Amino acid sequence: MSPKTLYDKIWDAHVAHESDDGTCLLYIDRHLVHEVTSPQAFEGLRMTGRKVRAPEKTIAVPDHNVPTTLERLEGIISNEEGRIQVEALDKNAKDFGIHYYPMNDLRQGIVHIVGPEQGWTLPGMTVVCGDSHTATHGAFGALAHGIGTSEVEHVLATQTLIQKKSKNMKVEITGKLRPGVTAKDITLAVIGATGTAGGTGYVIEYCGEAIRDLSMEGRMTVCNMAIEGGARAGLIAPDEKTYTYVKGRPHAPKGADWDKALEWWKTLYTDEGAQWDKAITLKGEDIQPVVTWGTSPEDVLPITATVPAPESFTGGKVEAVKRALDYMGLTPGQKLTDIQIDTVFIGSCTNGRIEDLRAAAAIVKGKKIKDGMRAMVVPGSGLVRKQAEEEGIAQIFTDAGFEWRLAGCSMCLAMNPDQLAPGERCASTSNRNYEGRQGYKGRTHLVSPAMAAAAAITGHLTDVREMM
Amino acid sequence: MDKFTQISGIAAPMPLVNIDTDMIIPKQFLKTIKRSGLGKNLFDEMRFDRDGKENPDFVLNKPQYRQAQILVAGDNFGCGSSREHAPWALLDFGIRAVISTSYADIFYNNCFKNGILPIVLPPEAVAVLMKDAEKGANARIEVDLENQTVTASDGEAFHFEIDAFKKHCLLNGLDDIGLTMEKAASIDTFEASAAAARPWV
Repeated sequence: MSPKTLYDKIWDAHVAHESDDGTCLLYIDRHLVHEVTSPQAFEGLRMTGRKVRAPEKTIAVPDHNVPTTLERLEGIISNEEGRIQVEALDKNAKDFGIHYYPMNDLRQGIVHIVGPEQGWTLPGMTVVCGDSHTATHGAFGALAHGIGTSEVEHVLATQTLIQKKSKNMKVEITGKLRPGVTAKDITLAVIGATGTAGGTGYVIEYCGEAIRDLSMEGRMTVCNMAIEGGARAGLIAPDEKTYTYVKGRPHAPKGADWDKALEWWKTLYTDEGAQWDKAITLKGEDIQPVVTWGTSPEDVLPITATVPAPESFTGGKVEAVKRALDYMGLTPGQKLTDIQIDTVFIGSCTNGRIEDLRAAAAIVKGKKIKDGMRAMVVPGSGLVRKQAEEEGIAQIFTDAGFEWRLAGCSMCLAMNPDQLAPGERCASTSNRNYEGRQGYKGRTHLVSPAMAAAAAITGHLTDVREMM
Repeated sequence: MDKFTQISGIAAPMPLVNIDTDMIIPKQFLKTIKRSGLGKNLFDEMRFDRDGKENPDFVLNKPQYRQAQILVAGDNFGCGSSREHAPWALLDFGIRAVISTSYADIFYNNCFKNGILPIVLPPEAVAVLMKDAEKGANARIEVDLENQTVTASDGEAFHFEIDAFKKHCLLNGLDDIGLTMEKAASIDTFEASAAAARPWV
């Protein structure tokens, strides 16, 4: 048998039908659903009289629209349209009999944090969601990617997706990371190296010593942003860390099922000699704490650098950079550490897990945020919030002047009231720095949790290594 | 879904690279529970100021491009969020085809579910069509899916590649779910064998 990649193995185990032209029906093991990209899909089922084929494999949670302020505990969503969407999900979950974590359930949170936390996400699975950051689940060695609403309806009705196989891309991070460098810096550095279209048409497998050394949460951060590099899915082969993380979670296999699962999971790795269609290697020790300066996630530089000039780029990127610098209010040659920050956002499916909050709290401890700074921490789930409160981390943040919020997507995409004002500049642990992403004319710099915490204290983008 | 066979229409030039789905339809318009009515908010933050006044410099606000049916765009069009609201907004505005060197995967797929044809051409061809589009209403570009050609206003034609299954569905306006349900027996068989092999799933 010819050697296979991890992606090949998971793909082969899920092909339910293959047509002569190579178009496949890929069977879906877990379908995650949130309130923004699903209402039209459920409506489609109702109009055609179709049912959800596998409700036991379908899990829903509202996250994009939910307020993160305490008023929500009284069930209040002041935005009328947002409330209608959340209520539509309440009703759809009930009518179609799917698993559901309502807004005020302790287990509610960002769908990509809830899935792994509850043990829905397991190695070797196919996982989809009407959300591009579904790539997150690839950290478990699951083939996980975002789909559109028509595809959500297709999966609800048939538990399959019409797919052609993607190409294989290897991203290897060798060696050790230096102090102050995190999973977020790895994933941004990779996008900086490949560009936002570098992974288009590929499934990425991240490997190498620096990836192996990451915790499961760090691996989720890396895979989460595979999509910003253009790849629909990012994968990391499961190992002992994966099994330890999964074991004992509410929906993880138990008893004889666990043993059987483990036996299969241990076969999920890329065989020696497997073919890659594309491969890049970065040295772990070369990666520095990074920050984005523009309006595309590929606009990445080490914190020690200066704002680049448009002329240093080629092709269509020259105009794009001129536009980005104008939008961001930056001048070529300006030191990145001189950029003043108005707001700090710590949270999102990229960096809203307990280790992220611990890393930020370690920088914040015993200090105060800069006068006039708006800083908020939005835990990724109710359980992350609870754990942070029990560990005393919440207290560190509130003592320093941070707002301590309820779980949700919040200012990552600013669908709820958590938004930037025009011209307001934010150091954010989220995943996209597009124009208007965090609010109309808002300016976003993507950073790691520790770097965001450092900026909250000093009032400007800061090299976190100076505060360690 | 509407069929797509051929169109001859005005093409609007948008040479910017990495046009993302947040630009195409900003998040405040994702609160809808319908598919229709998003055209008025297409490219909202580029098209209008905060008070809703039109930005006269934005291409789709120029008189010659208000009826555009085609967009000619820079590399990596439609990157970012999976929101199908992006093709819904394009379609509702009247856009039936996009021409670029490359698209983000999810957006590319979403187009085909909505009767929009995303055409991939090499950079030189896109550059010719971009120039053609810049001529405005006098330059109608023709797109023929059956023959897989795009023809500029001076008659220069470019062949494009497209997946045969996607082409078939678009030409006939076929509903994917209906097609898949015809293969229900295969899904049943797979499901039973997968449940035996991986009972924990």
